[in-house]
Amino acid sequence: MSLIHCLRALRGIVTRELSRFIHQRERFVSALVRPLVWLFVFAAGMRSTLGLSPTPPYETYILYEDYITPGLIGMIQLFNGMQSSLSMVYDREMGNMRTLLVSPLPRWFLLAAKLVAGTAVSVLQAYAFLLIAWFYGVHAPPEGYLALLPALLLAGLMLGALGLLLSSFIEQLENFAGVMNFVIFPMFFMSTALYPLWKIQESSPLLHTLARYNPFSQAVELIRFALYGQFNAYACAYTAAALVLFLGAAVIGYNPSKGMMQKKGGKQ
Amino acid sequence: MNTSTALFIDNVSLSYGEKPALDHVSFSVFPGECAILLGPNGAGKTSLFSLITRLYDTREGAIEIAGFNLKRQSTQALGQLGVVFQQSTLDLELSVESNLLYHADLHGLSRKRARARIQEELERQHMYERRREKVRQLNGGHRRRVEIARALLPGPRLLLLDEPTVGLDMPSRKAIVDYVHSLSAEQNIAVLWATHLVDEIFDTDRLILLHKGKIRLQGNLRQALERTGTPDINAAFQHLTQEEK
Repeated sequence: MSLIHCLRALRGIVTRELSRFIHQRERFVSALVRPLVWLFVFAAGMRSTLGLSPTPPYETYILYEDYITPGLIGMIQLFNGMQSSLSMVYDREMGNMRTLLVSPLPRWFLLAAKLVAGTAVSVLQAYAFLLIAWFYGVHAPPEGYLALLPALLLAGLMLGALGLLLSSFIEQLENFAGVMNFVIFPMFFMSTALYPLWKIQESSPLLHTLARYNPFSQAVELIRFALYGQFNAYACAYTAAALVLFLGAAVIGYNPSKGMMQKKGGKQ
Repeated sequence: MNTSTALFIDNVSLSYGEKPALDHVSFSVFPGECAILLGPNGAGKTSLFSLITRLYDTREGAIEIAGFNLKRQSTQALGQLGVVFQQSTLDLELSVESNLLYHADLHGLSRKRARARIQEELERQHMYERRREKVRQLNGGHRRRVEIARALLPGPRLLLLDEPTVGLDMPSRKAIVDYVHSLSAEQNIAVLWATHLVDEIFDTDRLILLHKGKIRLQGNLRQALERTGTPDINAAFQHLTQEEK
């Protein structure tokens, strides 16, 4: 395995994912509509009922729309990560995955490249959302938009790795509905995407604990601080650790001798 | 390490739980040879292909591709392998060329080399003019041609085809059968072709008959007929696959 071979393979996988994304305009539109509905409808409705005192990274009172925006970026990346895993299951059922896995490269590299490709798509989606949000009146400091990029990459990789891990367990496309109910929704609602931790603590200490240790919360906080040009070291370390854990488990899941692929042997 | 064989399968077994799918299977395929892996549905052909393509690990026995052990030297081994899967694995929304470039990237070919190889392989099958068309616009036979071209792009020493003509009309089937046979004869590529359609066999082919996970016969057509005492391959196939019923 030479470096140039790896780079070419990475180029191929990322280009394919991006061109598929560009060709599927409905996917792009629906990826944007979801967070925009939350921003335009939910956030507008909740604005008057949810008082937010200034907590870092915010230095002053903010509108709920400002608070929820990083959470909605996280939502875009969470859905994208799950969508990538859905496409992996689809590819495996349809056979496309086999052409990837039969390539003369280590499996961990192929999975990591697939992850990078999915993350690239989610970064595009996040910036498109921020552009629309800017016209709606959600403004972050200019340097924040630049500082956001590495945070989006790390958060996207972590959530994509989670999707990858789930895809190694999901045997059929039909089972994916369960992922929506048991992974996406609990992760999203038990997080700091919609309400700050201290607000959750007021109503339920258990929920507060769950939200605090939810990796999605840390990804959202990483994004939130980055958007305001600040670095949240704890959230960054937590997200990176979750990435290593999820990716490691996904590589084992796709290992032909150790993981789920072997257990699935009989189901062709 | 056996470098003279393109594919060396040594005493391979596989079972799904209690149910054995492959039972001590051993055979070799040599360069320039077209080996037909013949067997009815459920004989174990797809299981064997899943092991050769390393979708599953070989737990019992060993597989070598061009002398590289699939388990210990998997990337080198897979680098010598071209595969046409039973189901089409092309991206329908992308052009023929984009599909092939993606595959060339996965095999580490430079853009220049990839374009030259794409032209070479597509021209050989009269598909070069259609390289900019979306795969969705191609018929089943033409899609298969693209998949064969794709499998050949990196210049493999072993070409695996898993029932590639299923669902195709007669002229498309004949074109593919003739073309693949010419590859082994003219380009010294070893071909392992899984099928249950006996009319795809040439007299010069080597037959490997798999039934219920076991090899029932290895040899050419004449040897198969002699051994079974049957007048044609259809009867021989019936004889060998029904003897245990």
